[in-house]
Amino acid sequence: MAESAICAWQKLELGTAITTPGNSAELRTGDWKTLRPETDREKCIKCGMCSIYCPEFCISEAEDGYYPADLFYCKGCGICANECPKKAISMIMD
Amino acid sequence: MTKAKGLEVSLAVAEAVKQANVDVIAAYPITPQTHIVEELSVYVANGELDAEYVPVESEHTAMSASVGSSAAGARTYTATSAQGLALMHEILFIASGLRLPIVMTVANRALSAPISIWNDHGDIMAERDIGWVQIFAENGQEAYDLSIAAFKIAEDHRVLLPVCVNIDGFILTHMIEPVLFIDQKKIDAFLPPFNPALTLDPKKPVTMGPVGVPEVYAESRKQCEQALINSREIVAEVFDQWGKTFDRNYKLIEKNGPDEAKSLFITMGSMGETTMTAVQELTDSGESVGQVRIRLWRPFPKKEFLNAIAGAEELIIIDRALSPGSHNGPVAQEVKALLYDEPVKPRVHNVIAGLGGRDVTVKDFKKMYAMSRKNELDPNYTIWGVRSDA
Repeated sequence: MAESAICAWQKLELGTAITTPGNSAELRTGDWKTLRPETDREKCIKCGMCSIYCPEFCISEAEDGYYPADLFYCKGCGICANECPKKAISMIMD
Repeated sequence: MTKAKGLEVSLAVAEAVKQANVDVIAAYPITPQTHIVEELSVYVANGELDAEYVPVESEHTAMSASVGSSAAGARTYTATSAQGLALMHEILFIASGLRLPIVMTVANRALSAPISIWNDHGDIMAERDIGWVQIFAENGQEAYDLSIAAFKIAEDHRVLLPVCVNIDGFILTHMIEPVLFIDQKKIDAFLPPFNPALTLDPKKPVTMGPVGVPEVYAESRKQCEQALINSREIVAEVFDQWGKTFDRNYKLIEKNGPDEAKSLFITMGSMGETTMTAVQELTDSGESVGQVRIRLWRPFPKKEFLNAIAGAEELIIIDRALSPGSHNGPVAQEVKALLYDEPVKPRVHNVIAGLGGRDVTVKDFKKMYAMSRKNELDPNYTIWGVRSDA
């Protein structure tokens, strides 16, 4: 459900249908997190384990080889920090 | 218009559905609805009706298949009764929530336990808040007429909601009544082919029934409820059009008897016919009695109902269902809640009659009237004719 669904009842599609396929990408699932991941680049070895474990698939390799989380989708679960073999990720208050 | 033909009401309803030219019928047989869907399966089998008949394994599936076919843009019909309606329960809300104009006949029957195949309104009253348009037919002709009109109401783009036509099990379904059938060409002119507003189409993909997060759910419910409230006007409009086209007039609320009647019976469904005789006989013997029949139960036609009871001093509301642990039966609850805001309120008696197929005769209505006059009816409700040692 996209942000556009947050509207007056008169503007909702018939039966609350979704008529624009693929619009789930527009939904900010990251708006309810309490903690967000922060990577210590001194410790990070760019192994990509965080990206593999992320249940939201919001961590991917950037051009510089590091793995930043896309905070638009990140729900702050902390799995990346837990799995990081170098303890390079810490969860800080959002 | 041709001559009336004597036919079992179930078969007249099946004829109506055939004439409405449905595309899909998904149904599971249950007494006393069986003859309707059995006859429709014959029509499909012998090629009289070009439709898909889905012989499902349960009513839960009947309603689920109906949701699917209606969403795919097919004119869809089903019918059920009592336990079958109860088994459909969760899907009934989905049909209205997705705004699918399915038409369903409910052959009203009492719910178990104990097992009863006989009539009362306990089945539909348990489904009161499903968000469907709910109509009650009083006789065979109405059952036939309203079954066709139901499609026009449901599919109107200002409505787009499922419609349920209630017909009393056995009392109507298995009764042979004279019915005037309408020429197919006239029905085709009255009921154009289904033009869905939104369909499941691979060329233009949509998602029906997604998650409604807390930020959306209330608005979604509001949209459906407003459509149901607005449908009152369209039901009246379709009834008007029916009257003009086929010369049989239906109102949302019907009043019968003298205008100035002090006491009014309030009924829904076939019981209104018996009440009519009682009202006539009581009026003939000098009593001031009339009756009001509720044809449209959901959305409740508040304005029309209040107009119909204006000036009455006393209402004898007949419920054909029990609302266990409540102050009244469902119809009386509805009416009493409505009267709270009125400056002048008639006295209300509530009689719960005809449970599980118990006969309610002209004599019973006369006795109810006599007891109400003497204030002998229970202040909350009286379960009519219940044997007691006390």
